Amino acid sequence: MFLGKPMTPDTPAFKIKNANLPLFVLHALTADMAQFKLQLDAHLAQAPDFFAAAPVALGLAAIAEADAIPDFTDLSAFMRQRGLAIAGVIGGSARQRQAAADCGLGLFPDARGARRHTASAPEPVPVAESPPAQEAVAAPAAAAPSRRPTLVVDKPVRTGQTVHAEGGDLVVLAIVNAGAELIADGDIHVYAPLRGRALAGARGDTSARIFAQCMEAELVSIAGYFQVFEDGIPASMRSKPVQVLLDGERVTLHPLAPMR
Amino acid sequence: MAKVIVVTSGKGGVGKTTTSASFASGLALRGNKTVVIDFDVGLRNLDLIMGCERRVVFDIINVINGDAALSRALIKDKHCDNLYVLPASQTRDKDALSLEGVGRIIDELKETFDYIVCDSPAGIEHGAFSAMYFADEALVVTNPEVSSVRDSDRILGILAAKSKRAVDGQDPVKEHLLVTRYNPGRVAAGEMLSVEDIQEILRIPLLGVIPESESVLQASNSGTPAIHLDKSDVAEAYKDVVARFMGDGVPMRFITAEKMGLFKRLFGGR
Ligand SMILES: Nc1ncnc2c1ncn2[C@@H]1O[C@H](COP(=O)(O)OP(=O)(O)OP(=O)(O)O)[C@@H](O)[C@H]1O
Ligand SMILES: [Mg+2]
Repeated sequence: MFLGKPMTPDTPAFKIKNANLPLFVLHALTADMAQFKLQLDAHLAQAPDFFAAAPVALGLAAIAEADAIPDFTDLSAFMRQRGLAIAGVIGGSARQRQAAADCGLGLFPDARGARRHTASAPEPVPVAESPPAQEAVAAPAAAAPSRRPTLVVDKPVRTGQTVHAEGGDLVVLAIVNAGAELIADGDIHVYAPLRGRALAGARGDTSARIFAQCMEAELVSIAGYFQVFEDGIPASMRSKPVQVLLDGERVTLHPLAPMR
Repeated sequence: MAKVIVVTSGKGGVGKTTTSASFASGLALRGNKTVVIDFDVGLRNLDLIMGCERRVVFDIINVINGDAALSRALIKDKHCDNLYVLPASQTRDKDALSLEGVGRIIDELKETFDYIVCDSPAGIEHGAFSAMYFADEALVVTNPEVSSVRDSDRILGILAAKSKRAVDGQDPVKEHLLVTRYNPGRVAAGEMLSVEDIQEILRIPLLGVIPESESVLQASNSGTPAIHLDKSDVAEAYKDVVARFMGDGVPMRFITAEKMGLFKRLFGGR
């Protein structure tokens, strides 16, 4: 049985379009799923529409090194009960990804060098520091994002500190030290040495970029795709002005040469 | 107006207590009424370094709990006038160090003293937090190694975000870098970070450099703050630090390796 015009073998039965749908990545910062569910519940209690019932990708990068296998079946059921769906996983160790696939979850392609979003990972943001409910509810309007004013930071961002520019760009005028973390939903500019981590397009904007006047970062990320630098930044760009952008699924670095 | 100065570092064993004892003594030697408080509850050792461990009756927790008046817990230093020690408790639990209680003690001390020096425990837990919370200024004690610099950076971040001054939106805590256990020879050999390397990362003004010296151990074993060791380079360095803190323009010393004479090279230094 079918509706509409009768199908012939050459009437197209589907078409493929690149939709660039807004997709949240729900990053697991701990492999302790009991804690994860508890905090997520608390968060949803404050902002029930946070994900607007859209499917989310489960980010595993931060727990890849721990290599613990979350109970994906249980987690999917937990999410479903709350009207949410896990579309698939992004990042994670090979074993974790295999386990997710075995439970019927999709595998989002992994950025190169994404294996190690880890060890010195920042402490999970305590619930108290999460954005006030009202703002959070407004967030899923990712389809028609309301731009916030640029957040400008003029003091050093030090080890253990996180600066988050929600809904907009982040400009830092002072040093960002190793172990510090910058997060922006838009672009990130650093007009001093960038030695910590910088995560632009944190809500999935693949066109976000990072601009650093003196590039020495430990990790950069665009829209959830990570690049770590175990052996430091390539010598040709180390400590130089650099921009970071997403090329397909690859995070790429480019010297910032003046264009005439 | 009394000033509260925290001696802090994040990392353990870098020389906070050694510095607290010598810095407080130096301030007192220059005629300032000074008190030094040990916040290392459970591991007190400021009293050992100051040589007053046998005179401890009451401690900071007794005062917070109302078991003893503040004046009864203060111990007068045996080396200089104007200096008092408020010891930590060896037996109590750190959590007894309530912010509210510490605030009361500091307010009361401000009525009598010019400088209140707080010797912080290592780490970034409760004890370290209560030592820094009320600070007006901070001596960030750093050894020339990466892990120590990293921890100092962390502490600076906490000072800037969570100290009372930050929380109340007052002027920020004034930060001073104090590099201790500095060995210019090993720096020259590339085995340790240089003062410039450290400053490049932390980006706060340098108050002084204390050389690595065996005399520090002798001093602490004999219960005498290192600043009293006549003619030692450590004592000189700490005196310079106090002078700079009080606003004197004293040039930096002990940052370059002295040339080793042939004799020293053949028979070893020291
Ligand atoms: N300039 C120096 N030269 C040589 N040794 C030093 C120097 N300063 C401190 N020390 C030694 O380092 C050790 C630790 O010093 P101290 O107790 O002052 O550190 P601390 O930072 O207070 O430690 P904790 O974190 O445990 O409180 C002691 O054995 C001390 O003698
Ligand atoms: Mg100590």
